[in-house]
Amino acid sequence: MIKVSQLTKKFGSHLSLDNVSCEFKKNESIALMGANGAGKTTLIRSILGYYHPNYGEVLINGLNPVKERVKVLESISFVPQLPPPIKLNLDELMQYISISAKVDKDLIMHYANEMKLDVKENLYKSFFKLSGGMKQKMLIAISLAKNSSIIIYDEPTANLDPKARDDFYRLLKQNEDEKILLFVTHRLEEVKDLVNRQIYMDLGKVVSDERL
Amino acid sequence: MKNLILIAYLDLKESIRAKWFVVYSLVFGGLIALFFIAGVTESQVMGFSGLSRLLLMYIQITIVILPIFILITTVRSISGDRDNHILEYMLSFPISLKQYYWGKVIGRFITVYIPVVFAMIIAIVYGAFKGAIIPWSIFFLYTGLLFALSSAFLGIAFFVSSFVKSSEVALGIAFFIWIFLLAFIDIALISLMMQQRFNEELIILIAMLNPMEIFRVAAISLFDPELTVMGPVAFYILDSMSQSVFILVSIGYPLTIGLVFAFLGFKIFEKKDLV
Repeated sequence: MIKVSQLTKKFGSHLSLDNVSCEFKKNESIALMGANGAGKTTLIRSILGYYHPNYGEVLINGLNPVKERVKVLESISFVPQLPPPIKLNLDELMQYISISAKVDKDLIMHYANEMKLDVKENLYKSFFKLSGGMKQKMLIAISLAKNSSIIIYDEPTANLDPKARDDFYRLLKQNEDEKILLFVTHRLEEVKDLVNRQIYMDLGKVVSDERL
Repeated sequence: MKNLILIAYLDLKESIRAKWFVVYSLVFGGLIALFFIAGVTESQVMGFSGLSRLLLMYIQITIVILPIFILITTVRSISGDRDNHILEYMLSFPISLKQYYWGKVIGRFITVYIPVVFAMIIAIVYGAFKGAIIPWSIFFLYTGLLFALSSAFLGIAFFVSSFVKSSEVALGIAFFIWIFLLAFIDIALISLMMQQRFNEELIILIAMLNPMEIFRVAAISLFDPELTVMGPVAFYILDSMSQSVFILVSIGYPLTIGLVFAFLGFKIFEKKDLV
């Protein structure tokens, strides 16, 4: 369970999160929406333990993600909006993940295959040299193979073609049980079959929180 | 421990493939090759000849280019990863900040240290092949001094990298540190000395706090144990400590600087927002 209590985060004089409180429970799929600068990414990064809050706290299964980052991150999968220009090749990237997060390499290959990405063909290619769609597929495959109880996707389908989006949603459907799925998205219609809750943020506050 | 080795190993692999590493290795390997082609080992200047002369020349050039190479290539390691969102993704896996940071430090240290020592080993092997006398004491002293100098600048670079927000600023700071330690301190101290505002011993002490200066003095101390080429400064240094103690200080002091700065960098990395 994710519990966000009175979370406030400032960057200089800019208030990015303003006293945000919310809870995400098992079997919830949440679409986190809002205009640019609404505080969605700040909220996600706070859940991942990247930010030290000015006030309030985040607890993941009762643990503080800043102080207990290793334990907390064992239960979280994350796919960023834009795949970072990682210079490791796919083999090295999988090695990093399989050792640090105890993820089976074969399972990553399996999900990559399901996403129509041939990892074996590109095994020794640098991650950043793959096309935008291939990178996104790889990150999605890793997130599914990690089998975490919390999955956070920041605009995961931005680089995917319609066929790849269908593959992605199909795989998510198969893997959503007993999990918290958190989607940051601008297009609710794309995830409306997957989500059962919609949160709208504006100017660092939660302005609406509806069950669908 | 497993994660620490993993980070170091992957950083090492990534660095070795990078273009800067190729240039870096070619510069130091090329220097040695150039010395052999130019016939430095056959020349005799101030009584130094053969491999000793070559190593002395190598170390004199290294003191200028090694710090800037280390600073420029390392100062962007964490700030660059933060800038282009690599840190955001890589730290979303259950790896502690301690393992990530120190793994990067170890990986980068091996990357910057191996080519400079390897170039010296090539010189020794080639010299032995040519039948030259191998100056082992100089070789081991230089290996130690390079280790210490690399540590000092690597630590400083990681310290800078931990708090700067963008790679451009990091590069600017790196260049400033290099030019400040290489030239400005000397110029400022010489002018203070000329104006006789401060005690000379104090000025020499300040100069010796500069890791580049101490490296420079230690590098010539084996050739010139009385440090006569340094003039009156030698009296102060050799009055304060024996030659062997001075050599130990010249290795221990930069090493300590490197570790202290790297540790401070880690504390900042740990306390600051990660992305």
